[in-house]
Amino acid sequence: MTAQTLYDKLWDSHVVHVEQDGTALIYIDRHLVHEVTSPQAYEGLRLAGRKPWRVDSIVATADHNTPTRNWDKGIDGITDPISRVQVETLDANIKAFGAKVYFPFLDRRQGIVHVIGPEQGATLPGMTVVCGDSHTSTHGAFGCLAFGIGTSEVEHVLATQCMVMKKSKTMQIVVDGELGTGVTGKDIVLAVIGRIGSGGGTGYAIEFAGSAIRGLSMEGRMTVCNMAIEAGARTGLVAVDDTTIGYLGDRPFSPHRAMWDRAVAYWRTLTSDDGACFDRVVTFRAEEIKPQVTWGTNPQMVTTVDGRVPDPAQEKDPVQREWMERALKYMDLKPNTPITEIRLDKIFIGACTNSRIDDLRLAAQVVKDRRVASNIKLAMVVPGSGLVKAQAEQEGLDRIFTAAGFEWREPGCSMCLGMNEDQLSPGERCASTSNRNFEGRQGPGGRTHLVSPAMAAAAAIAGHFVDVRTFG
Amino acid sequence: MEKFVRKEGLVAPLDRANVDTDAIIPKQFLKSIKRTGFGPNLFDEWRYRDHGEPGQDCAKRPLNPDFVLNQERYRGATVLLARENFGCGSSREHAPWALLQYGFQAVIAPGFADIFYNNSLKNGLLLIKLDATIVDRLFREAQPAPGYRLAVDLEAQTVTTPGGESFTFDIDPFRKHCILNGLDDIGLTLEHADKIRAFETVHRERQPWLFD
Ligand code: SF4
Repeated sequence: MTAQTLYDKLWDSHVVHVEQDGTALIYIDRHLVHEVTSPQAYEGLRLAGRKPWRVDSIVATADHNTPTRNWDKGIDGITDPISRVQVETLDANIKAFGAKVYFPFLDRRQGIVHVIGPEQGATLPGMTVVCGDSHTSTHGAFGCLAFGIGTSEVEHVLATQCMVMKKSKTMQIVVDGELGTGVTGKDIVLAVIGRIGSGGGTGYAIEFAGSAIRGLSMEGRMTVCNMAIEAGARTGLVAVDDTTIGYLGDRPFSPHRAMWDRAVAYWRTLTSDDGACFDRVVTFRAEEIKPQVTWGTNPQMVTTVDGRVPDPAQEKDPVQREWMERALKYMDLKPNTPITEIRLDKIFIGACTNSRIDDLRLAAQVVKDRRVASNIKLAMVVPGSGLVKAQAEQEGLDRIFTAAGFEWREPGCSMCLGMNEDQLSPGERCASTSNRNFEGRQGPGGRTHLVSPAMAAAAAIAGHFVDVRTFG
Repeated sequence: MEKFVRKEGLVAPLDRANVDTDAIIPKQFLKSIKRTGFGPNLFDEWRYRDHGEPGQDCAKRPLNPDFVLNQERYRGATVLLARENFGCGSSREHAPWALLQYGFQAVIAPGFADIFYNNSLKNGLLLIKLDATIVDRLFREAQPAPGYRLAVDLEAQTVTTPGGESFTFDIDPFRKHCILNGLDDIGLTLEHADKIRAFETVHRERQPWLFD
């Protein structure tokens, strides 16, 4: 048999039907549903008189609109009436159509959909996982085929349990070597996007490999796969190994005892075979990756913490130059400014990129026994889920953050996209552990710099960016 | 979904690379539980001078005169000319809904983000990928020529300029068939219901834990 990539194996094991031109029906094992991209899909089902094909594939939660404060007020804590309708619509749809499990607003297991899937063991190796959200690529960290879909596709999966798609090309990104202290999965993936560009992975499924990737925790791998979409790839993957299997041991929806050994034996096959061919291979040395900071309005506009804001005048391509100039104008930055001289107004530690327990531990280590700088108007930590929050509180991380002057909030997407009231005001500058720095993403006129949790924490203390590697 | 026949329309050039879906339709409009009403908020932050919120009367809002779609000569445009990596970012299908509801029927660019591409075709918004050099040429032709129109023929897979020059584009035959005939994907897939059931049986034997 010819050597196969992990992507090939996952694809082959889910093909229901293939047309002559290669268009395939791919079976979907797990469908994650949230309140923003599902209402029109359920409405579509209703209008057509259809039912979900397989209710027990559905895991649902409300995360985008939910407030991170005032949970004691219950549903009245959602002050925006339109947001509230969306959350209530999800409630009603799940009630009407059913789900394997639903973590509604206020449930102690509620959280960002990409945090709770893995945390519950609802994301397993070998699955196909979809969600009406582009950061579904996160789940690929478990050696499953996971990708974001639009609302019509949500409806299609609800009604048929399948996706109509064509096979992607494959790209292997190899990061070998050992990461320096203070350098994390976030820095790896930002460096990757900086190199291949935000459209570099378009049309590809990216497998992240190499000793530095294997050395990451599951949380770190999820961070890397989360941002595969920021490189244009709908799917990010990491092969299964002991770290994957160790993580899944005691999760509520992991296979139970009788099945466990059989499942693990299967999961162990979920790696790319030696000699498997990729359409493109890009290699990195882990030692060369430094803490990253974005300076522009696209994740590709990134540099190292010891670098400077680039000068568009040096750019030869006129379209690129124009784009850089626009970005610098929006970000209110001058060419050649050292990154460490950029002063901040707000700090956001959260989002499906970096709101898991590992992320919070790394940030807490940096802020312990220190104070947030006086120029920082707001520094907040938003755990990815209720269970992450509870775990962090058990470890005393909440007290480390609040003693330093951070706010400790309830879980949700929060200021990653500001659909609730957590937003930047026009002109405010934020160090954020989220994944998108687009114009207006965190609030109209807001300016976002993407960094790792440790870098965000250090920036909170210093009031400007600092190199976390030397921030003693 | 409406059938797509041969269409000829006014071109609006949006000369920016990497236009993301947050820019196409900002997040506050995603709170709607409906599929319609997004047209007035297409490119909201670029198009208006004030901050937009759902439910406003957009006719009363101050326009940004510098934004291309606000120029009189582009009123009624149905073809959007764009740059590299159009539609990157969030998977929100509200982006193609907003473009369609504004009046666009086709977008021409050197490249589109994957999720946006699927979302658009599913809604009958035709995305046409042409070589960057050709797109660049179209920009240079369109900008100095008020009333510049392009003809899009999906059947023949061509874009034709006023000068009569034609460029062919690629499109997946299945998608083409669906758009030409306004077909519902779900209905087509359900024709394979037996195959889906048969697959499930085998899949369950192989990985029973997925069905617990
Ligand atoms: S945290 Fe941000 S990126 Fe992640 S699902 Fe929520 S809004 Fe999307």
